[in-house]
Amino acid sequence: MIFLANDNSCKDTRRYEQPSITVDNAVQMRGVTKIFGSVIANDKVDLDIRHGEILSLLGENGSGKTTLMNMLSGIYFPDEGEVYVEGEPVTIRSPKDAIDLGIGMVHQHFKLVDVLTATENIILGLKEPGRLNLKKAAEKIRAICDKYGFVVEPEKKVYDMSVSEKQTVEIVKVLYRGANILVLDEPTAVLTPQETEKLFDVIRNMKEDGKSIIIITHKLHEVMAISDRVAVLRKGEHVADVDTVETNPQELTDMMVGHAVRLNINRPEPKNRVKRLEIRDLSVNNVYGLRAVDKANFDVYGGEILGIAGISGCGQKELLEAIAGLQSTEEGSSVRYYPEDTDEFKELVGMNPLDIKKAGIGFSFVPEDRLGMGLVGSVGMVDNMMLRSYRDGHSIFTDHKAPKKLAEAVKEQLEVVTPSINTPVRSLSGGNVQKVLVGREIAANPKVLMTAYAVRGLDINTSYTIYNLLTEQKMKGVAVIYVGEDLDVLLELCDRILVLCGGKVNGILDARTATKEQVGLLMTNLQEKEENAQ
Amino acid sequence: MINLFVSAIVFGTVILYGALGEILTEKAGNLNLGVPGIMYLGGIAGLASAFAYESAVAEPVGVVCLIITFVAAFLASALGGLIYSFLTITLRANQNVTGLTLTIFGGGVANFFGGALNTLAGGVGQISIAATSAAYRTSIPGMGTGNWFCQIFLSHGFMVYLALVLAIALHVFLNKTRTGLNLRAVGENPATADAAGINVTKYKYFATCIGAGISGMGGLFYTVDYIKGTWASEGTIEALGWLAVALVIFASWKSLNAIWGAYLFGFLTWLYLYVPQLRTMLIGALNLDQDALQILNLTRSSQELFKMLPYLATILVLVVVSLRKKRENQPPAHLGLHYFREER
Repeated sequence: MIFLANDNSCKDTRRYEQPSITVDNAVQMRGVTKIFGSVIANDKVDLDIRHGEILSLLGENGSGKTTLMNMLSGIYFPDEGEVYVEGEPVTIRSPKDAIDLGIGMVHQHFKLVDVLTATENIILGLKEPGRLNLKKAAEKIRAICDKYGFVVEPEKKVYDMSVSEKQTVEIVKVLYRGANILVLDEPTAVLTPQETEKLFDVIRNMKEDGKSIIIITHKLHEVMAISDRVAVLRKGEHVADVDTVETNPQELTDMMVGHAVRLNINRPEPKNRVKRLEIRDLSVNNVYGLRAVDKANFDVYGGEILGIAGISGCGQKELLEAIAGLQSTEEGSSVRYYPEDTDEFKELVGMNPLDIKKAGIGFSFVPEDRLGMGLVGSVGMVDNMMLRSYRDGHSIFTDHKAPKKLAEAVKEQLEVVTPSINTPVRSLSGGNVQKVLVGREIAANPKVLMTAYAVRGLDINTSYTIYNLLTEQKMKGVAVIYVGEDLDVLLELCDRILVLCGGKVNGILDARTATKEQVGLLMTNLQEKEENAQ
Repeated sequence: MINLFVSAIVFGTVILYGALGEILTEKAGNLNLGVPGIMYLGGIAGLASAFAYESAVAEPVGVVCLIITFVAAFLASALGGLIYSFLTITLRANQNVTGLTLTIFGGGVANFFGGALNTLAGGVGQISIAATSAAYRTSIPGMGTGNWFCQIFLSHGFMVYLALVLAIALHVFLNKTRTGLNLRAVGENPATADAAGINVTKYKYFATCIGAGISGMGGLFYTVDYIKGTWASEGTIEALGWLAVALVIFASWKSLNAIWGAYLFGFLTWLYLYVPQLRTMLIGALNLDQDALQILNLTRSSQELFKMLPYLATILVLVVVSLRKKRENQPPAHLGLHYFREER
């Protein structure tokens, strides 16, 4: 690969060419654009879906895969562009329109009514002739199951089902409605390997039957295993379209992450590196009871920025939250905190955030969900500053002066644009909200500063402000952990990059020498243990 | 003692109408706390239309009275539901606040027009709707003087039995029809219903307006049948309206449970009046001293303790249901929340 200073205009070699509209294709999307506020989720996307194929829609988190498919299934309405089904121009205004056109989508978050049975969920909203006949519907469901190899108990209530069973109900629901085009949004994310294998068998059966199946995914080995064709999205654009047999994971990774872009982020050499955290065998289970972080081993040093890279949902969230005391960890996990530059340590596993604060451990956490976990949207900057300090002192009255001073300082130093420090932070722009949050966390003089997607949704200038703030903290000797999704930023901002893959630490790279391809490969391909060394 | 049961069924019917309408509304995910106000609207609309008709015509016909009052009460209450729907579904206002406002609004409107009707009718407190209330109170001949069973169960006007039919019909509608299934899905998980091609807004509007219309029948029954056209702003309708809201919870959103629940609530509401009689009976039966069981000689303040029994029963049901954690007895999952498709 050739590295260019700025390649925004440069696309991959096999850039997708727009063919004419034809009835040979099941679906054709032309120039489809969707904008949320100031974020362009899809930018003039052209996509073809052929009859009887399995198409993988590949892309990083936030590349616009789900948004694009939501427009096909009627959840969102495109701001620009046309959709053709069987060569005919169509307007899809609602999920009902999509079903009428034979398009069905299985969403990542299942759309099922818990208190209803499988049958009731499947026939929901249908206008079949005659009276409601659950027995007849159950028979039809069994017939579909037999045809494609599903297992569904029609009388079972959804709240009694496992994740895999729920997914099966979702797929049967779409088939029951006579869908010929099925969109599956990250269907394997919640499945065990065995369940995934079963699902793939079913998908192949459906393909045999002439149906078109689109799988949204970012797991490369699954793309290679199941699909006929791969369409790659990057930052909302359709950048490549290849037949699976003609490509390999390495090439797909390159297409997914794109060429390196020079960002010129100021990165001084770390000095006085001292060990702050020692993480050993840290395992965390997610809400589904699946392993989200699996025996993570790494150290965090003061005076450097440790980047954490990985496809979304690879355990970043759980990892940070476990360190911060927000998630319970599994047997054998250990998080040791070294307050001084000596061998003395404190074990953090088993402590909740209040314990950690009371123990005098300087943790700051900038969570991904700013207005959910980080700030209270309906109150102003002053009260948000107080969230960290209201327990201080012994008076029964809270101290308003210190938070007010801090709010003023943050507003001035970080140039927060707000009518007043008492304006509810919810009404500020995303960048200003982030400045308030980061400003507060830095003001606490942390020893460890953890940030998750600190620049998500921010404009370029604000992003650089945040980068400089983090670097400033690093030079003050703070151990900074930066979970990011933009590899260019990770490569230029961080000193070391830890790559997660499927909840495992798949490698730790020196950010000054690593290439984007190296990181991309570690993100998508789990390495053998021997190669895992630092 | 028979009177206690007769009164229990009468009040139970008022509560039952309110609760049936509210069950329909809540099954679509709308928590309408405006039931008392809606019952007020239904009551005053029925009363006013009956008065207007009977004043305009020399010899009012019973059937016409029925139709006019029915339509007027239903429309007025459904209009209350429409206000609520527009605010909460289209404008996505807070459901609790909107419902409470509707209660205050309905009470205000009804008492204003009730007062005006009283003045029109000569200010004696009795609004002359003799033909209408006679039509409503027509019952099977001879039942009022028959044995206890006939007196308690068969001596009422048709509205009592209509409520029972309605409860069964609502049960069948919700559980056995396609539309009912879709409606329940809207209340449980509107995003899912939407994705399944159900018009969530339409279902919510219809459920809320028709539900309000049914609730308003309680007010109609109260004004034209039970009190035969008096208007007093003492707040009985409001009290019964709140009991209807409590009954929905008590019946765990099942219309068949609401039937016996309503009669139980009616019984508990009237119990205080009959407690002294009960004392006399107990003393007689147990051969006790005439001064025994003084606690059952209710004073004005201890009467109030008895009046809270229905609410106490509701709390008990909530405790038991919560302990059992059976999903089918829980409120619709999306109750009280608004739905917007493109929310991110």
